[in-house]
Amino acid sequence: MAERERSHTRPLGGVFVAHSQVLSSADVLRALTRMAHEVVERNGGVEDVVLVGLQTGGVPLATKMAEILRQIEAVDTIAVGSLDVAFYRDDIGLRPVLPEAVTDIPVDLAGKIVVLVDDVLFTGRTIRAALNALNDFGRARAIQLAVMVDRGHRELPIRPDFVGKNLPTRREEMIDVGDDGVWIGSLEDK
Amino acid sequence: MSGTQHLLSVADLGPAGIGEVLHVAEAFAEVERRSVPKVPTLRGKVVATLFFEESTRTRLSFETAAKRLSADVLSLAVASSSVKKGESLRDTVETVEAMGIDAIIIRHSSAGAPHQVARWVERAHVVNAGDGWHEHPTQALLDCFTVRQVLAERKGAAPDELGISCFEDLRVLIVGDVRHSRVARSEVLAYTALGAHVTLAAPGSLLPPSLEGWPVEVATDLDAALADADVVSLLRLQAERGSGSFVPSLREYTAGWGLTARRAERLADHAIVTHPGPMVRGVEIASDVADLPRTVVTQQVANGIAVRMAILFLLLGGELQGVAEVPAVA
Amino acid sequence: MPDPSLVIRGGTVVGPVGLARADVAVAGTEIVAVAESIDAPRGAQVLEADGCLVGPGLVDLHTHLRQPGREEAETIETGARAAALGGFTAVVAMPNTEPAIDSAGVAAEVLALGVGCTAEVAVAGAITVGRAGHALAPLAELAALGITLFTDDGAGVQDGALMRRALDYAKGLGVTLAQHCEDSCLAAGGAMHEGSWSSRLGIPGMPAAAEEAMVARDISLSRLTGAPVHFLHMSTAGSVGLIRRAKEEGLPVTAEAAPHHMLLTHALVAGYDPVFKVNPPLRTDEDVAAVVAGLCDGTIDAVATDHAPHAPESKDVPFDQAPPGMLGLQTALPIAWEVLSPHLGPERIFALLSAQPAIIAKLTATDPRGAGHSAQGGPVEAGAMANLCVFDPAATTVVNPAGLASRSRNTPYAGRSFTGAVRHTVLRGEAVVIDATAQR
Repeated sequence: MAERERSHTRPLGGVFVAHSQVLSSADVLRALTRMAHEVVERNGGVEDVVLVGLQTGGVPLATKMAEILRQIEAVDTIAVGSLDVAFYRDDIGLRPVLPEAVTDIPVDLAGKIVVLVDDVLFTGRTIRAALNALNDFGRARAIQLAVMVDRGHRELPIRPDFVGKNLPTRREEMIDVGDDGVWIGSLEDK
Repeated sequence: MSGTQHLLSVADLGPAGIGEVLHVAEAFAEVERRSVPKVPTLRGKVVATLFFEESTRTRLSFETAAKRLSADVLSLAVASSSVKKGESLRDTVETVEAMGIDAIIIRHSSAGAPHQVARWVERAHVVNAGDGWHEHPTQALLDCFTVRQVLAERKGAAPDELGISCFEDLRVLIVGDVRHSRVARSEVLAYTALGAHVTLAAPGSLLPPSLEGWPVEVATDLDAALADADVVSLLRLQAERGSGSFVPSLREYTAGWGLTARRAERLADHAIVTHPGPMVRGVEIASDVADLPRTVVTQQVANGIAVRMAILFLLLGGELQGVAEVPAVA
Repeated sequence: MPDPSLVIRGGTVVGPVGLARADVAVAGTEIVAVAESIDAPRGAQVLEADGCLVGPGLVDLHTHLRQPGREEAETIETGARAAALGGFTAVVAMPNTEPAIDSAGVAAEVLALGVGCTAEVAVAGAITVGRAGHALAPLAELAALGITLFTDDGAGVQDGALMRRALDYAKGLGVTLAQHCEDSCLAAGGAMHEGSWSSRLGIPGMPAAAEEAMVARDISLSRLTGAPVHFLHMSTAGSVGLIRRAKEEGLPVTAEAAPHHMLLTHALVAGYDPVFKVNPPLRTDEDVAAVVAGLCDGTIDAVATDHAPHAPESKDVPFDQAPPGMLGLQTALPIAWEVLSPHLGPERIFALLSAQPAIIAKLTATDPRGAGHSAQGGPVEAGAMANLCVFDPAATTVVNPAGLASRSRNTPYAGRSFTGAVRHTVLRGEAVVIDATAQR
């Protein structure tokens, strides 16, 4: 059984206890490659495309996707940024909200096509906060959303443009996307 | 863990709490660098500044921090307020809270005034912006933040990567009017909580009457201590508060305890010089020394906003980690 | 023996030399019998005192009654009621009222207001006009009203030459000068004891030396003039040592200590609550131990409350802006009992709170002028004035500020409890407190 502490569960605390594997790491890579192709297809290439990974789970996926895009489109660089949405959340003061890492948006987003990358799409509130946050970095031409897992239970009218896997879940379950693939499990007390 | 409601003293935080403030402040420092340095985090919250002792720079820093968090800011101008008409501090505070204020930032010439205010409020958060000779916690936190920033820059690392371990065994020398300095008291608490070694250097009449229980050393030889220091924190000689009469003359003070150009040559190459401002050039610091790259006064001022944003965000978000409740007395 | 009007039954009488199981019969204002078993005649009031100590009524050398001038904080009537509830049958009202008690007019007014209260109200006069420390107050005129104790309490007489002159003058009048020992230059700006806590809290401190310097000076002046000096609220180990040596030398000095200096330390100021602000300030553990030792070995002659009421709004301010002072009348005996009973027998503890302060304030004799000064300080024996304090050492005093008789609430002991409680107080034969309840 994989068991790992998830840093971003702090200060709720707890340990993610994995119950079953949904995607292997190879599956994740295949899904990411497919999503990269879809990004190229949708945007007619990668010109003006900026990948922005959401802290923390989306950042390695965005980095990996950029690598794949560089290969399939044979370009030197793809701009990749990272975004922490803590300051834009709608639940500050209701539950623990802390920034995980410093936001890093390397380019002015005005006129760019921003592909937001995250590991799991759940209620949609993080994406709502991210859309707000991106606004502060310039008026993008378009913002698209890529997620590795869409687990349903949306609370806002938000849908992804690129999905690794649609995964029906129960609300109380936890999904973990890591180097060892995607696992379904639960958060247990330490 | 439940958050602490107020920030009255650095002692309310403990090393983990200080680390948290520094961590969150880094995220706000990024916001500061944006072309539109403003986030909607505290939209709808109201922050009041109650400065019973004028300090334009600290009040502006707090108000800027609150505004960049999208909070509404009320600035109580004590000079023209009901306080001048004889209203008591308690009534002022209760009136302000009754208006639905979420945070009260208070500066007062009496040590402990913020503690009194914290006893009187029900739900508002109280932030100590300097009380008498007692403490100035946000100044000490921004000093730590600035020092870490410089250390990280030299290592080519992000400040957050250094955590708080970069303060371990750091040698901090605090020079000047420690007796009357709230900055010194907060710095001693902050730096020592983070594992640094703190040494005080001052003429005897400007040291606190007792250092019992202070985890510090006292330098008798400023020149030797300077050579040993990684960080030198210079304090202002508060001549306007009568500190001038604690030394025979400013000239003698400067000769013995000022960071003159000649004395600054004794500093190690890597030594950082901080000053809470406003500096009195020619008294505690020579003008040439104030303008050296190692003197980080302007960074301190800039960082003050990010650190105060972090404090407000953590307090109003209920996330500021405190140490265990201060034991009740009596 | 006349028929008793009041019988205190079942207690242990605290005599000057020891304890004896005895009932006490009172007729009119006088004790008429102290015997093992006294039958109460029909119609006589009976106070049960099983398990209690029946001692002489307590005498407080140091009470701030605030009238005239600060009636919102205390009046002579409310202060006297608090005194009675604390077991006191006499208090010496300090002269730092507004106006100060520095003239026969003000003194006579206070004495008149005290008549008929639930404790005898004696008065201390000011040494200098307006307590300003510049010119002698009319000591002879005040002494003619029966005033025997003079002090500028709240401040010390800073001018050594003036103090010397006052001592020379007082000696001829047979009155005693009492000093609030505080060198105003050394203590300037101070709001608490100068030491580890003041340094940490950033509160300006007043060093022990500010008190000791004046104690030393006035010991020298007593030696110089031969006049007696009473030292008010001694709070430092150094002061206790100075007094001890002065007494060894045979100088006519006496001293008192306040209950809070026997128990509380400057560490309590850590929360900046002005209820712990008092002058002299709360000091160190060592000082507390020295004060207790001084009480035990006779260096300090009396426990005096320094009962100092302040209206709530005046204490609801930052620490350094609050006036110094704390309530003390209703907690003095339980605290003295708790602190001293491990070291001293009941007769010694009662002596510190009754006979010895009565001697210092010259309240032991029946006042020939009949101004209300009545034989205070015991002993509890037939023929003596019936001023009595019945104390139950097994009961508990729980301090509830709202339940205190004072008009003010500034007790530093809120929520604390002490072993022992005052049960009954008898003033000139009248039971003014029965079962810890004031009767009027």
